[in-house]
Formats: sequence, structure tokens, C-alpha cells
Amino acid sequence: MKQFAFLVRRDLSLAFRQGMDSLLVVVFFVIAVVLFPFGVGPEPGTLSRIAAGVIWVAALLSTMLSLERLFQTDYDDGSLELLALSSLPLEVTVLAKVTAHWITSGLPLIVAAPVLAVLMQMDTDGFLVLVAALLLGTPSLSLIGAIGAALILGSRRGGVLLSLLVLPLYIPVLIFGVSAVDAAIGGYEFKAQLLILGGFFIGTLALAPWAGAGGLRQALE
Amino acid sequence: MADLHRFANPTRFLKLAAIIQPWALAVFLLSAAIGLYMAFFTAPADYQQGESARIMYVHVPAAWMAMFCYTVMAVASAVSLIWKHPLADVSARASAPVGAAFTFLALATGSLWGKPMWGTWWVWDARLTSVLVLLFLYIGYMALQGAFDDRVRAAKASAILALVGFVNVPIIKFSVDWWNTLHQPASVIKMGGSSIHPSMLWPLLIMAIAFKAYYVWVLLVRMRAELVANKVRILRLKQVHGG
Repeated sequence: MKQFAFLVRRDLSLAFRQGMDSLLVVVFFVIAVVLFPFGVGPEPGTLSRIAAGVIWVAALLSTMLSLERLFQTDYDDGSLELLALSSLPLEVTVLAKVTAHWITSGLPLIVAAPVLAVLMQMDTDGFLVLVAALLLGTPSLSLIGAIGAALILGSRRGGVLLSLLVLPLYIPVLIFGVSAVDAAIGGYEFKAQLLILGGFFIGTLALAPWAGAGGLRQALE
Repeated sequence: MADLHRFANPTRFLKLAAIIQPWALAVFLLSAAIGLYMAFFTAPADYQQGESARIMYVHVPAAWMAMFCYTVMAVASAVSLIWKHPLADVSARASAPVGAAFTFLALATGSLWGKPMWGTWWVWDARLTSVLVLLFLYIGYMALQGAFDDRVRAAKASAILALVGFVNVPIIKFSVDWWNTLHQPASVIKMGGSSIHPSMLWPLLIMAIAFKAYYVWVLLVRMRAELVANKVRILRLKQVHGG
């Protein structure tokens, strides 16, 4: 546990010292959402109809953009091998890196999402559910993404490949994330969708570190 | 386990494959001929859908094979990760393009069938969407296979991906039961017997056999080709190093 916390702190301080890097993900998130009013036109009716979907898709894409660096820098400078040799099980290492990734890239998205929801003319009934759905959904995105990030280590054209591997697996989170917000705006019951998102989170929390560690092991062989 | 490893020997496999391969081709040609004849001439036109229901005889077996090939790929990947079975990698790699082709065929025929029946080429219903995801998983698998210079590395990475992606297969299977969709629910295999008339069921099953035999045949061709390519590479390396 102490080692886990240490690893999370190490990754966080590395991210903060690079400063702009984690901020760039949020900037991408904002720009991607802001493109839509230009694309589909500024009518409030249209925008509020698509707001939840656009914000979720942008969140998916910006999470994915930051994934490539999840293991790549440590892999390149060799510290990943040291981490693998340490007494900490590789699964826990993966979990620690995912936690740090979520804090630096998932959490800022959640903070920025309500502001974007205002820009997209989203109905105020949806705000709280949007934040709750993102809180439950983005950790699953980081966890699933860790598997992809581990698999592409040392491959050619890693970034594009990563999107091809990870995005299909993100679709269930997207479906239930958007439908929770839409249900709340429409005045329907949204608890079921949030529970399913929570279920995805618990399921990926149990399985993804395992698959990610498998990916790392074969990359380090 | 001893039985499994008996066939781990590529030479023994090649011998066996050489025997099975012409039979698989014969079964494919024969059952495809019978199945297509029955599908076009003896099977009745559907009382609601008319002649266009005959697309079913290609669409349904292709969709079955799409899931079957992925299952084979996932099982072979698990075997290769756990027991380092040398042929498992080869069979998983050989299955992927065939499965992707079947998935594409299922989507394309479904789209052609959907236009006259549902009035649209495509609907975002659970079955169609999950099969589309399956196609993306196949493409991702093949892309990952091709992304490494080291073949062992490529095999292991894509084996893990195949296992992770396997969660989608049960979702496809049960999507028509879990969600209320435009795509009709399971009618051939279900509790209390099939709800489809024998005059239509028989051509369907024969076509399914034809598709499966085709898969076995292509799989063996691809596996043998890959084993031979491996041999050629080793010989070349020997030539270079032996000088």
C-alpha cells in the first residue's frame, strides 16, 4: 500500500513538473466540444439535444490521447523494467499508474464538463448526472486504456493503433454514460444507467490491471 | 493435455492437414451446391418478406461464422498464452482475416436485406452495433499483428487483445434478447425447439455446414502457408549465416 501510494505520488509529481502536458488534454477536450456549435450550427435546440453525446465523445477522445504516454516514457527510459523487478506485483503497478493517469486526465475533464455543458445549452437537470456519470465512467476509460497502452509498447505507429484497439471497447461506457444524462434531462429514472456504469468500473477494476500487467510482461521480455 | 501436445508438432500437423484439406474443400463445394440449390429453388418464399428472405441463407451462416471465428481466435490465443502451443498462434492469426471477412459479409448482406424490409440500410440497433464493434475488433487485432517487427511479441500482444475483446461475443449473442430491437430474436436455436419451418431450416443448416467447411479449408491453407513461410525464412537465415 505504501509502495502503491509512492508510485502514484511519483507519477503525479512527474506530471505536474511537466506542467502543460496534462492541461493540454483539457484544452483538447474544450476545443473538441467547441467545434460542434460551428459544425452543426448554434441553434440552442440542436445543441442541447446533442450536448451529452458530444461531451462524452470528446471525453473519450481526450482520455485516449493521453493514454499513449501512460507507459511509453517509463518504457523508453527503462524505469518500467525497474518497476517490474521491484517487490510490488506488476498488477498493482498498473493500478497505480492508472490512478495517476485518472487524476491527471480524468479528473480535469470532470471539472471542465459542467462549463462545457453550459456552452452546449444542456438542460440544467442533466448537470449533476453528467458529473456523476463521468465520475463513474472515466475510471473505466483509464483502466481499459491501460490494456491498450501496454499492448502497443514498442510497436510501430503506436498512437493510431491505440485508438483502433481502445475505442471499440469504450463504446459500452459511452452508451450508458449518454443515456444516463439523456434520461435525467427527459425526467426519467437514471439510476439503472449509473449502476451499470458503476458495474463497468468494478468489472474493469478487477480485470484490467491483470490484462495490462500481462501486456507489460510480454513487452519487457 | 498429452493429446493436445501430440498435435503441437508442426510436421505431424502438416501431414494431418494435407489429409483433411481436400475433404474440407469437397464438403464445402458439395454442401454449398446443395444448400444454394435448396435456398433458391426448393425453399418457399417467405409469406411476409417474399423472395428477399432468401438472403437469410447467406446472412445467418455468415453471422454465425463471424462469432465462431472470433471464439476460435480467443480460445487459440488463450492456449498459446498458457501452454505456448506453437500452432495456436498460427491458427489464431490465420482465423482473423477469415472472421473479419465473414463479419463484413454478415453486415453487408444484412444491410441489403434491411433496405427492402426495414426501409433503411442501417439502424443503430444493439445487434448491428455489436457486430460492427466485432469488425473493429478484428481489424484492431490484425493491425496489432502487423505493428511489431518481432513476431513473438506480435503474437503475444494480439493474443491478449483477442481475449479482452471476447467480452463482445456474448453481447452479440444475447443482444436481441436483452434489448428490444428491430433485428428479430433468435429463432433457430432456442428453448422448446426451432420456430423456423423445416423447408427453410434445412437449406440454412446445409449452408452453415458449407460455410464451416470453407472456414476449415481456408484455415488449413493459411496455416500451411505460414508454416512453409517460416521454414523458408529459417532456410534463408541459415544460408546467410552459414555463408
